[in-house]
Amino acid sequence: MTKASPATIAQLTSTPALELIDIVKEYPGTPPVRALDGVSLRVEDGELAAIVGPSGSGKSTMLHVMGTLDRPTTGQLRIDGRNVSEFGDRRLSAVRSQLIGFVFQQFFLIDGMSALDNVANGLLYAGLPTAKRRVAAAEALIKVGLAHRLGHFPNQLSGGERQRVAIARAIVHDPAIVLADEPTGNLDSAASEAIMELLHGLHQAGSTILVITHDRELASSLPRQISVRDGRIETDTSPSHSNDAGSGWPAGKSAPGHTASSQLLNRANDE
Amino acid sequence: MSDGPRSNESRKLKPSKLRPADVVSVGSSGLRTRKMRTALSALGITIGIAAMVGVLGISESSRADLQAQIEALGTNLLSVQPSGGFGGGDGTLPEESVAKVSRIGPVERVADVVEMEQTILRNDVVNPNETGGLSVMAADLDLLATLNGDVSTGVWLDEAKASVPTVVLGSVAAERLAVTEVDQGPMVYIGGEWFAVVGILAPFPLAPDLDRAALIGKPIAASMFEAELNPSIIVLRTRAGSIDQVRSVLGPTVDPQSPDEVSISRPSELLEAQDATESAFTNLFLGLGAVSLLVGGVGIANVMVIAVIERRNEIGLRRALGATRAHIRRQFLTESLILSVIGGLAGVVLGALVTAGYSTAQGWQVVVPPLAIIGGLASAVIIGAIAGLYPAMRAARLAPTEALRAT
Repeated sequence: MTKASPATIAQLTSTPALELIDIVKEYPGTPPVRALDGVSLRVEDGELAAIVGPSGSGKSTMLHVMGTLDRPTTGQLRIDGRNVSEFGDRRLSAVRSQLIGFVFQQFFLIDGMSALDNVANGLLYAGLPTAKRRVAAAEALIKVGLAHRLGHFPNQLSGGERQRVAIARAIVHDPAIVLADEPTGNLDSAASEAIMELLHGLHQAGSTILVITHDRELASSLPRQISVRDGRIETDTSPSHSNDAGSGWPAGKSAPGHTASSQLLNRANDE
Repeated sequence: MSDGPRSNESRKLKPSKLRPADVVSVGSSGLRTRKMRTALSALGITIGIAAMVGVLGISESSRADLQAQIEALGTNLLSVQPSGGFGGGDGTLPEESVAKVSRIGPVERVADVVEMEQTILRNDVVNPNETGGLSVMAADLDLLATLNGDVSTGVWLDEAKASVPTVVLGSVAAERLAVTEVDQGPMVYIGGEWFAVVGILAPFPLAPDLDRAALIGKPIAASMFEAELNPSIIVLRTRAGSIDQVRSVLGPTVDPQSPDEVSISRPSELLEAQDATESAFTNLFLGLGAVSLLVGGVGIANVMVIAVIERRNEIGLRRALGATRAHIRRQFLTESLILSVIGGLAGVVLGALVTAGYSTAQGWQVVVPPLAIIGGLASAVIIGAIAGLYPAMRAARLAPTEALRAT
């Protein structure tokens, strides 16, 4: 272990935000449809990456499995170091409420609630009292640049603003990973650009974000692209695959106490 | 990869939790955004509960009124008449029976009336056959006191008036003879003689026969019409608690030779029978109320099933935000309960208003039985729970991926 390169040590000792080990997902039928065919993937803490592929490639199934919304047929899923493959409904719900943030193409905001309360919903199932949820929600809305829209209702907001609210909801509980499913799919190009800028900004500040998209151009703007086709990973520009420690590491890694490198240091000191 | 504790596994995974206050706000959010639908779907329950509370309230108010009447009239009144069966006598009781009855220990008061053959007419020119169903009776002076009766106008007979041609009219008799007051000294024509009306009686709920009678004194009946004064009806009051004892000895006392030809009745029992008849109607209406409650429950179940289908995305979102199946189930169950409790509360209020309105119009005291209120709300809760159960389970079983699919 002492002779290993720093990158290898990082992989061995740090906890990845998300790890898929030989995931297979089959849907019943004759013959069964294999949507995911042995997918292994590791997303490090603090990464910003794209999963890109055409429709029917299996990327949506991948999102559902990674988000614990659907169970793999075989294989192991680890989120923030926990093997959640064997978790029941209640513990999976707990994983979603605390470790995962979702951003959807259709935003899925609740119409009868203000932006603030929609974001506070991100903490609803964590059991926090309303006042604390609202404080955290206001902070998250400020982070996404909607400080002036706290009391607005979804129908008073533009598409881009709605998606910002949804992103605020996804980060309000400081999840281990944010899964964004076609986050710009319902937006015009200007709003799309702004949303991507926001995701980059959040990444800079230390968030781990996985964007699922069919848009190769959008994917290429992100530090790492994982290309999916026919239920398999076709290419991956990850440093762990290319062994190029420099290119894929996100800038947010430098945030103290929250990064793989500092964990590496701690770990090294312990040993 | 090491299986030992990880340096950054500081984040303890706490189970998903929905605070009780949040259960209510989450459960009512769907209703708040669809107010019209909420009102309409609660309406079925409202009508059902209002019907039940109203029926119970009105019947209870009417019963309270009847009880108050019975209370005021007393339940210790007995009435003795010759039974009109086969081989029944001449329709009278032995002359000495009043004296005998008054000697029974617990009898406090006794009085009798004698039915006369004479007819009463408004004047001497009307057709003598058109008696209007009215009868003429010679009455004991004690009659009014024994019956707890009262005059509505004028005075009751006294010893002086009883031996001169004066008459007191029952309430119905006065109405049929068009006598409304006694100040002008109205006269009526009884058995070919003129009698002065000195009083009009208030209705006797316990002796409706007397309402249709013209009562004259026994002395004038004997002197003017040479009537035999065998009692037709004897009424008596007993001490409270001794009524059954008195009842059992009345027959042999009145007519020792043929006690079976004496019919004894307790007029207050008639009112109680009336009460029982009304409660049969009450049950019918309660049944109708129950049916409309059932229909209301089905309506709520229907609306909830639709809500679950319409709000698939919201269910998916909540699951993605960390709601467990139990949380989703609880949300929709709560929604259904809130819906039915809103309906139930409105129904109780409406039912109470209907009761108050109807009872006031009838001149009764308003009684809304607490049991009807509690029962109404309880049945609303039960119906809400049953109606919400299936939709809530459906919502909870919905796979998150299915729920998140774009509609």
